[in-house]
Amino acid sequence: MSEFYVLHVNGAAREVRDAAAGESLLFVLRERLGLMGSKGACEQGECGSCSVLLDDQLVCGCLVLAAGAVGQRIVTIEGVAPLGAPSDVQQAFVDAGAVQCGFCTPGLIMATHSLLERSPAPSEMEIREELSGNVCRCTGYGRIIDAVQRVAVARRGAQ
Amino acid sequence: MTVTQTGTDTGTFAGTHSGLAGRLGDSVARPDGVPKAQGSFQFAGDLTADGFLWGATLRSPHPYARIVRIDVSGAWRINGVEAVLTAADVPGKATYGLISHDQPVFASDYVRFQGEAMAAVAADHPDTCRRALAAIVVEYEVLAPLTDPERAIDGSFPPIHPDGNVVRHQRIVRGDQSIHGPVVVEGTYELGRQDQAFLGLEAALALPAPGGDGVELHVATQWLHEDRKQIAACLGMPDEKVRIVLGGVGGAFGAREDISLQVHACLLALRTGRPVKIQYDREESFHGHVHRHPCTIWMRHHAGTDGTIRRIEARFVMDGGAYASTSSAVLINAVTHTQGPYRCDHATVDGWAVRTNNLPSGAMRGFGVVQAAFAHEGQMDKLAAAVGLDPVEVRLRNAMRTGDHLITGQEIVNVAPVARLIQETAALALPTEPVGGHDHDPMRLPGGAGRTADERHIVRGIGWGVGIKNLMYSEAFDDYSTARVRVADGVATVKFATVEVGQGFVTIVGQIARTVLGVEEVVIDSIDTEIGSAGSTSASRQTWMSGGAVEGACRLVRERLFEHVAELHDLEAVQLEIDGTDVVDTLGSLRMSVAAATAGIVIDETFEHHHPATEELDELGQGNCHTAFAFVAHRAVVDVDPELGLVKVVQIATAQDVGRALNPLSVVGQIEGGIAQGVGLAVMEELLQVDGIVKNATFTDYLVPTFLDMPDVVISLVEEPDPHAPMGAKGVGEPPTVSSTPAVVAAIRDAIGKDLHRVPVRPSDICS
Repeated sequence: MSEFYVLHVNGAAREVRDAAAGESLLFVLRERLGLMGSKGACEQGECGSCSVLLDDQLVCGCLVLAAGAVGQRIVTIEGVAPLGAPSDVQQAFVDAGAVQCGFCTPGLIMATHSLLERSPAPSEMEIREELSGNVCRCTGYGRIIDAVQRVAVARRGAQ
Repeated sequence: MTVTQTGTDTGTFAGTHSGLAGRLGDSVARPDGVPKAQGSFQFAGDLTADGFLWGATLRSPHPYARIVRIDVSGAWRINGVEAVLTAADVPGKATYGLISHDQPVFASDYVRFQGEAMAAVAADHPDTCRRALAAIVVEYEVLAPLTDPERAIDGSFPPIHPDGNVVRHQRIVRGDQSIHGPVVVEGTYELGRQDQAFLGLEAALALPAPGGDGVELHVATQWLHEDRKQIAACLGMPDEKVRIVLGGVGGAFGAREDISLQVHACLLALRTGRPVKIQYDREESFHGHVHRHPCTIWMRHHAGTDGTIRRIEARFVMDGGAYASTSSAVLINAVTHTQGPYRCDHATVDGWAVRTNNLPSGAMRGFGVVQAAFAHEGQMDKLAAAVGLDPVEVRLRNAMRTGDHLITGQEIVNVAPVARLIQETAALALPTEPVGGHDHDPMRLPGGAGRTADERHIVRGIGWGVGIKNLMYSEAFDDYSTARVRVADGVATVKFATVEVGQGFVTIVGQIARTVLGVEEVVIDSIDTEIGSAGSTSASRQTWMSGGAVEGACRLVRERLFEHVAELHDLEAVQLEIDGTDVVDTLGSLRMSVAAATAGIVIDETFEHHHPATEELDELGQGNCHTAFAFVAHRAVVDVDPELGLVKVVQIATAQDVGRALNPLSVVGQIEGGIAQGVGLAVMEELLQVDGIVKNATFTDYLVPTFLDMPDVVISLVEEPDPHAPMGAKGVGEPPTVSSTPAVVAAIRDAIGKDLHRVPVRPSDICS
């Protein structure tokens, strides 16, 4: 039952010791590696609060076996930008009023970075569809859509 | 013992610098925004401590049963288990509750709802906890549950609790009871059980004091001092031995006003002498907190042929579930808002809040008024149809104004711009999106990603909902708030026990302090019980009550500052005022920065803000029971596929009476978020129980609106500062949920030409 393996998280090799075989990536990130930025709100892949990147693919950390992520590049919210130096997406969420309680925010930041990597100028419908796997209970989504659009516009302007 | 901090951000509000510029009226960004966006803000569930144990709760599988025997010995035989507690281990009061203390910490004789707590364990790993719970043997005598509220009223079901099956009965009798017609419309309206479905699941970390002489609980809650009172009583400790610190709160919406895991966590920590963390999962959360009251409302309106309301008759039946929680207050809110935002001087109302073996009901955003609004707005549309007016005109003809009265006899003294709200909403542009959506995109059709609807079958409807919502607590309750402001060297430090659940109180604190005191830097102290109560973060009350407390404390500090400056410069304090970040002499030339004026001194003031006293209702439901009111109007546009019973909400337009928008961006966020919950209740959200058994306690089966479900929202903020409100600002959190739901349902009725009387509206209601 006791496992030892190494995960590559945010550019660093992290040893996981004494884990039970069935622990999810979300559990290991939070409880064994102390990376509390990924949140758990449904643990069945419905809410997106635990979104992380696995070899650049957006996944729900609650649905991935931690031991199965060995050898893959894992990026969590803690790996997006240094503390106190938010990414453009993180800053736009704050400025646009897209953050209320903030519990869904890390997952949405991961999903938004992923979306804008793949689609730099998403339509509103595309934003809605792409982010529909991330549930927010506070905002009604309007300010989040605004935040995503602000980043898309700013990035185009910077080019 | 200290709580472990991860990263460099404290996550809690201790030392949070609200250093961004911005005064009242500005759309200032949240001071906790960057930590939240970076994942470093600590929610209650993110807290850990050295050597902490996990706690977990054993819950009843039956809605109603007699407990014959509980044998916990099996749990003790599992390695890693450090504590197993049952009712016999509760040292103090065996029960708790917000209004009446009728809910056991652990059930010992009967279980009264599916999911009731019976025992708790502490162990080294969540899996160890799960195995320990599974090893506890409970022998039940299963009983037939009381699930029909009418049987609680008619007395045909034996009491399921020593306090009886009726939690509260309240009549309202006003005016001439003989008025009848000439136009009469009536209907029966039903609301299903809505869950608050906050994302941040219930969580707490309890830290025992050395020798068990007290406990410190870090918890996601709504009301620190009420938690402390109930916890201390159950622990058999004086209040001062229990310190409550706010853990980061991932939304609340009413569900955290009652005790859930607080007492269990403290008991386990005290028993083991180690920190104990409890974190519910989603299924446990659905069982472990109260919900919005399922409700059946019959209403009959008597009106003139011109559509003016003459008399209203109504009967409310609210299912309070197994324990009282706030049912008695929710009932009063419902029945006293029977008329909605319309003039009516004659009424006969009968209201019941009853006990059943369903999940306990309590606070949720809108608190009884959501239920009333669904009925009175359905009635207004029936009235419009009966007298041949359109829905807007009938509402304008009856619109309440300042000086009008509730059916309780209470005069509305607040700003009441109901007609203006309706007109401003009507003036907002209708959606440009054609019926069936832009560009023939199937994602825009009802059913969206299911891609099942046929564009040619889609019909559009428009509907209205207008609401009134009381602000603050009612019925003689003094829900005051306390704030302490300390200024030194140009920095203001603000201390309060006001719970930040995401609504943005921490943002306006800085705005208030900067505006009143002229300081540039504002530090928010730890939010805990080391100061007087702030009351609950509920009832749209914290901007008014705690905002008023912070403003009051700032004004006291400013008076002291002016006295200090006046003495130094041989002036009169009354000559001085704050101009930007300076203290200035209005009669002379003195101008100095607040930072310079406060250099080397400390001014420290505390202010308790009370609202004017309110009254209990008498037997006929008469009395000035509420504190203040806010108003709102909603217009919904929906597309419906009548064959498949699918609905797409296309747009919600709203004008809201906000008094004064202290932070317009935050107000917009409250409005959009509240509308999302109103839309959810209208078309998708219901926690189902069959014979007392919960059927959909997961996010797979309990649906909340996603990005694809939410319509465009267009907003007009109506700012008429209320002379009774501190800074002129009304609470804004609840009105968006009050009448958005009836607006959506009215739009569906308009689209398909069919009477719908129940929410959420199900496909079968549309197709049948």
